[in-house]
Amino acid sequence: MKHQEKTVSKHNFEECMKCTVCTVYCPVLQVNPRYPGPKQAGPDGERLRLKDPYFFHYALKYCMNCKRCEVACPSGVGVAELIQSARIKYDHSAPKLRDRILASTDLMGKLARPVAPLVNGVTRLGLTRSVLDATLQVDHRRVFPKYRGRSFEYLLKRRAREQAMFLEQVAYFHGCYVNYNNPQLGLDLVKVLNALGVGVQLLDKEKCCGIAMITNGMSAQARRNAEHNISCLRKAGAADGMKVLTTSSSCTMTLRDEYPNLLGVDNADVRDAVQMATRFVFERLEAGATLRFKPGYHKKVAYHVPCHMERLGWGVFSERMLRMIPGVEFTLLDSACCGIAGTYGFKKENYEASQAIGEPLFEQIRAVDPEVVACDCETCKWQIEMSTGYRVENPISILADAIL
Amino acid sequence: MRFDTVIIGGGLAGLVAGISLQQAGRSTAIVSTGQNALHFFSGSFESMLEAPERLTALFAGAGIRVHYNPGFRLTPLGTFREAALSLEDISLFPEAKFADKALIACVPGYLDYFSAFLAEGLEKQGIQCRLCSLDLPEELQDGSVERRSVQLARLVDRDWKKIVQQIRLMIKDEDAVVLPQLCGLQDASVPEHLRQEIPARVVFAGTMPPSIPGIRTQRLLKRRYEVLGGTYLSGDEALEAQVEGNRIMSVRTRNLDVHALEASHFILASGSFFSKGLRSNPFRVWEPVFGADVSYAEDRNAWYNPEFAGDQPYMQFGVKTDAALHALVGGSPRENLYVIGSVLGGTRPEFGSGAGLAIRSAFAAVDQILESL
Repeated sequence: MKHQEKTVSKHNFEECMKCTVCTVYCPVLQVNPRYPGPKQAGPDGERLRLKDPYFFHYALKYCMNCKRCEVACPSGVGVAELIQSARIKYDHSAPKLRDRILASTDLMGKLARPVAPLVNGVTRLGLTRSVLDATLQVDHRRVFPKYRGRSFEYLLKRRAREQAMFLEQVAYFHGCYVNYNNPQLGLDLVKVLNALGVGVQLLDKEKCCGIAMITNGMSAQARRNAEHNISCLRKAGAADGMKVLTTSSSCTMTLRDEYPNLLGVDNADVRDAVQMATRFVFERLEAGATLRFKPGYHKKVAYHVPCHMERLGWGVFSERMLRMIPGVEFTLLDSACCGIAGTYGFKKENYEASQAIGEPLFEQIRAVDPEVVACDCETCKWQIEMSTGYRVENPISILADAIL
Repeated sequence: MRFDTVIIGGGLAGLVAGISLQQAGRSTAIVSTGQNALHFFSGSFESMLEAPERLTALFAGAGIRVHYNPGFRLTPLGTFREAALSLEDISLFPEAKFADKALIACVPGYLDYFSAFLAEGLEKQGIQCRLCSLDLPEELQDGSVERRSVQLARLVDRDWKKIVQQIRLMIKDEDAVVLPQLCGLQDASVPEHLRQEIPARVVFAGTMPPSIPGIRTQRLLKRRYEVLGGTYLSGDEALEAQVEGNRIMSVRTRNLDVHALEASHFILASGSFFSKGLRSNPFRVWEPVFGADVSYAEDRNAWYNPEFAGDQPYMQFGVKTDAALHALVGGSPRENLYVIGSVLGGTRPEFGSGAGLAIRSAFAAVDQILESL
């Protein structure tokens, strides 16, 4: 008997048995009835699109690419991958100016950094936000992230010699957010790793991971960034045992999984080297490394697992690392999307949906009433801070604050 | 990463075992490869003729209310089945004729609910039936929008007062109202509100999956497990086990790769074919994580019954164990690996025996683990 042992369809799409479980966990479907849902937009739609691209539907743009469908799928179907790759393949409309601007996090950072106080002041103004809303459809209720005058790259380059003194070295893919908006998080990581006897290096001119470009119809540019970044990782020795740490779950998932699965950029030799910093720190602490903690430290921390961290399956590392800090009173928040999904929630047409998706999470945070919410994703941080008023920090920053 | 017990499978069996062990002070992890059979749950534990205090207490701790009334429950097709223990929103009747006249409400355009079958079934019991339509909430009036149980339930949970209003306007002399089971997804108190506000006996009839009471049960059990300190690894997959002699030492997973999950005890609760707890090709059936022995017919023609709705022999296939539920591998028991739930095989979905098997075998495994150190 002739027999094919494994499914060979892309993104495992033939494994879908129409059980509808993905529709239960899609945050968009819960608030936006215009969205056909992961099953129809993904494997069901793919059958039609394979017959005739005519069946590609504009409503696929409502997918936030949060990957909750893939985590829920009992059959291992790459549901969100099917949706995003259909957008890449069939949607040839040019992205709007607004989407280009939102997706170009690297370029925006470069432009804003030298005039950061001005930019921060202007984006805080109600008038500016009304103008942005009217002209670009960036929702006026959205709070913009602040830019810093000194980039993380600049700050770390000044300490390159000191970092090179450490016998053990890791490279750090800091991403746009740490570089332009929150260099302190990068410095916190340096503090923690130095305390573990590890020095931190920059990559040779990393570019934005490209996740926002993928969801905003700029896949060609995302692919160029991917190729550039993978060659940076190779140059740093990631294929020969050099670890490349990250502090953003979305950048990490993009570097590891979206590059090969959506953009067709081969990363097999460097994929394993790319790891969340919390995982690295947890490994060290579990292997017996010690940190000197501040005496009498106490902090009530509620941990939110970002969607892409959930997809990586690595929330457990951040959780365990936080629990290892003496004096941390830890609560794990229910698995739920905060609603921002990168650039998604900034768009006027998505604002209401974005806030409605996040509401159960916000409600739980208010009920737990922590001193700080821990979270490995910068856009979740903006969303939760704006929507609840609670301070949100990366687990690495919380650890850095707890050690001497 | 080290635990007392590692459980492969995060459905009813895995969660009941995990919660019980956490309550007893053991540290556990659950590896869950996607969601599970609770999403197809009728809401009744049909094969449980008793109401073990242990189970009701465990559920109460998770905020899940059950009731015990030996009798019958209404199926989505309008037939009646024996049941004793059920989630609180599932009605149980001492006899199938639970009313004289029933108003059966349906939702236009919602295809996963069979009001005509329900009417036919109830008429057979001597219940006079009248059908009526509920108005759809504004969001779903557009015909292009998909109407699934989950979308509808979210709106009913929000707007249940409007449902009450509509029913009160339509009801005449009926002493029972049959509503589709489309409420209580987020807010478990909504079914109770509907029962209090509608001036007749309210009976919820099941819909096609996903099952609303099942999803709620999954969510509450998982939350309870995590509150007790359990580590629930969603969307991960157990790949292989490291074995020494007759003992499992650790299990490696796809997401945690080099971080194998080490434990003193392991529980296999990975479900049947649907959940890939059992795998098959045209030549054999196997258990993928531990390579446990599986009982199945040698002759492939004996796997299926050409009568589609008849007994399907493949549903009897399952992992072989000794009397204490230790998995057999190459004929000899793995002394610290217990097998629970539908990966054991032998369940009959048409008799609703899956939930009962999950719970009984979970408790049996937990008791042995708690006796050992």
